[in-house]
Amino acid sequence: MKFRGKIVDVACLNHFSRVVTTISKLTKMCVLRLTPDNLFFVLSGKVGNGGVSMWCELSQANFFDEYQMEGVSSEDNEICLEVTPENISRALKTVQNAKAVKVKLTKKHCPCLTVIAELPTLSSINRVVTHDVPVDVIPQRLWHEFKEPDMPDFDVSIYLPPLKTMKNVVDRMKNLSNFLVIEANLNGEMNLKIETDLVSVTTHFKDLGNPPWGDDASQDAGPSQSRDPDTMAEARVDIRRLQQFLMGQQVTPSRAMCNIVHQRVLHLILLHEDVSLQYFIPAVA
Amino acid sequence: MHCVVTGGNVKVLAKAIHSLSRIGDELYVEPQEDGLALRSVNSSRSAYACFLFAPLFFSRYSVPNRNNFRCKMAIKSVQAVFRSLASLEKTVEKCHIELDEQKNRLTFTLHCKHGLLKTHNLSFQDSESLQAVFDKDSCSNVFRAQPRLLVDTVMHFPPSLEEVTVSVSDERMWVRNHVEEEAEQSKAMLTELCLASDEFDHFAIQAHSSVTFCLKELRGLLVFAESTGLPVSIYFDEPGSPVVLSVTDSVLEGNFVLATLTDDPGLRKNSSRRGHTQPPPPPDDFMNDDMDSYLIAMDTSIVPGPSTAGPPTPPLAGSTCSKRPVATNHRTRIHSEEEEEGEEEGDSEKAEDSDRPPNKKFRSLFFGSVLPPSSQMNTQPVVSQEVLASDSEDDSQDE
Repeated sequence: MKFRGKIVDVACLNHFSRVVTTISKLTKMCVLRLTPDNLFFVLSGKVGNGGVSMWCELSQANFFDEYQMEGVSSEDNEICLEVTPENISRALKTVQNAKAVKVKLTKKHCPCLTVIAELPTLSSINRVVTHDVPVDVIPQRLWHEFKEPDMPDFDVSIYLPPLKTMKNVVDRMKNLSNFLVIEANLNGEMNLKIETDLVSVTTHFKDLGNPPWGDDASQDAGPSQSRDPDTMAEARVDIRRLQQFLMGQQVTPSRAMCNIVHQRVLHLILLHEDVSLQYFIPAVA
Repeated sequence: MHCVVTGGNVKVLAKAIHSLSRIGDELYVEPQEDGLALRSVNSSRSAYACFLFAPLFFSRYSVPNRNNFRCKMAIKSVQAVFRSLASLEKTVEKCHIELDEQKNRLTFTLHCKHGLLKTHNLSFQDSESLQAVFDKDSCSNVFRAQPRLLVDTVMHFPPSLEEVTVSVSDERMWVRNHVEEEAEQSKAMLTELCLASDEFDHFAIQAHSSVTFCLKELRGLLVFAESTGLPVSIYFDEPGSPVVLSVTDSVLEGNFVLATLTDDPGLRKNSSRRGHTQPPPPPDDFMNDDMDSYLIAMDTSIVPGPSTAGPPTPPLAGSTCSKRPVATNHRTRIHSEEEEEGEEEGDSEKAEDSDRPPNKKFRSLFFGSVLPPSSQMNTQPVVSQEVLASDSEDDSQDE
């Protein structure tokens, strides 16, 4: 198992560190999967983390100037590590002005993801800072837990309003209730609702548009195509999870959408050039 | 006492008080012939800081009629006088510091723009002089750097980090975070920064050594150094003897004396069992017989000294002789980028050092109520070292 990547471009470094920071806001621990072409940050839905799961996919070529990896074997050319994204985020943040940053898998006192940065100085010798972020290597027999989640058989898919607007609404609602109902239809309408004994609040969004899922989601085409465009599909979710998702946004996505499986799951998707982030929040009764 | 501070110097004074507040809860004020001394020490007496403002720093400076007046007060209340640093610079034109002997009050009067006058009457307690015993000029390793370099270095470490280890070779300085236990080490993120000697204004190494000290106080000094733009000098010897950070210009001098860790886990384990038992005060020739020195002395006896001779004193450390094997296979992270190398080197060195009493925490600094400051400062280290070493000897008998 070997891994070594090098980032020279400041914009790439900045972008990468924002992606990692976004991840760190969503979860304390996650799995980093390295393949020859991609990096994945994965959180599989376990009870411990409130049943949420996450899948973030980056194409290495868009971030790294050099990227070498050697997986466990030539058939399974992958490396799977459990990491604390916050540590990586912190390491990257302190080296924003570096001339070059190397990320390596190293064996120190324990397996580490080592971030080495050459910092600019006035002297002839560069200042070098090394951050050793301890990681756990995940054995191959557990890899199956970290495969890409299937696209859920959603009832409604809809584009999200500007995340900032949504965040402001959700932040206010959080003061009133612990749960939020998100509902949407195929007519481009979405509502955020809270209901308590004392108060019911609903925020209506309209003309959001529904993404065409033609070929990709062909197997799902059945239910959503024949669906009455005005019928709402809804999911009641833990408001903190949704808030966490909206709060942590460091990447301004070019596309933000969500899929709702009626009373089952809320599936949020952010697309930004080469990065895609999917976040699943289970619905509660 | 009556001092008048004007213009930009008000901010300098305020920054000094702010950085002293990072050290301890009390501010010791002592108007001396050679200037106004402001000092502070932390509760475990492992960090001490002193600013001396020369008479020229003030537009008027007079020492009290009653000679050797000294007092201490809660540093928070003094900080409150200079609360808003930002507006201070713009609004305050001068600051009077006066001692009202009748009422036993120290009065800070801020003369602000538009004739606004702010008066703070602070009560104080009498105190003995607080003086750490250190001799930075005898330190084998001396560095001087612009505050920016150190600020940029410290920035890489998380705010929650307590201690850093600084190691030096002929041409490099390494700064890394200190992680206490092996177990924690596997979880903690380790950060290491390497600085080349030519980034420093001055870089003089006599001994390749490695010391661990608290980051908080260094950050405190950097607040001051950065705002005044004064270069910071660093003096240190070997693990266990204090590191001195200092800033100087023509009208002021600031010294921060920080205890360093004895990087000796084998022995450290041993002392943790003993918990925080306060060792008895050392014999009377150590210090003057007043309250402050008594407290200080209690702490000081944790300090191991290199010498093994001296009068027997009560228990501290049984460990030292018997635990020698432990000490030889311990982990040392001493002066090296190659850890393996460091370990070997460290071991051979440490075999001798294991004669020292065990140490869980920082060695405290030597303090005294220095009535005749100069003479005592010179003699004290020797005396105390003897005393301390004897502590450990006695201990082994005890167990």
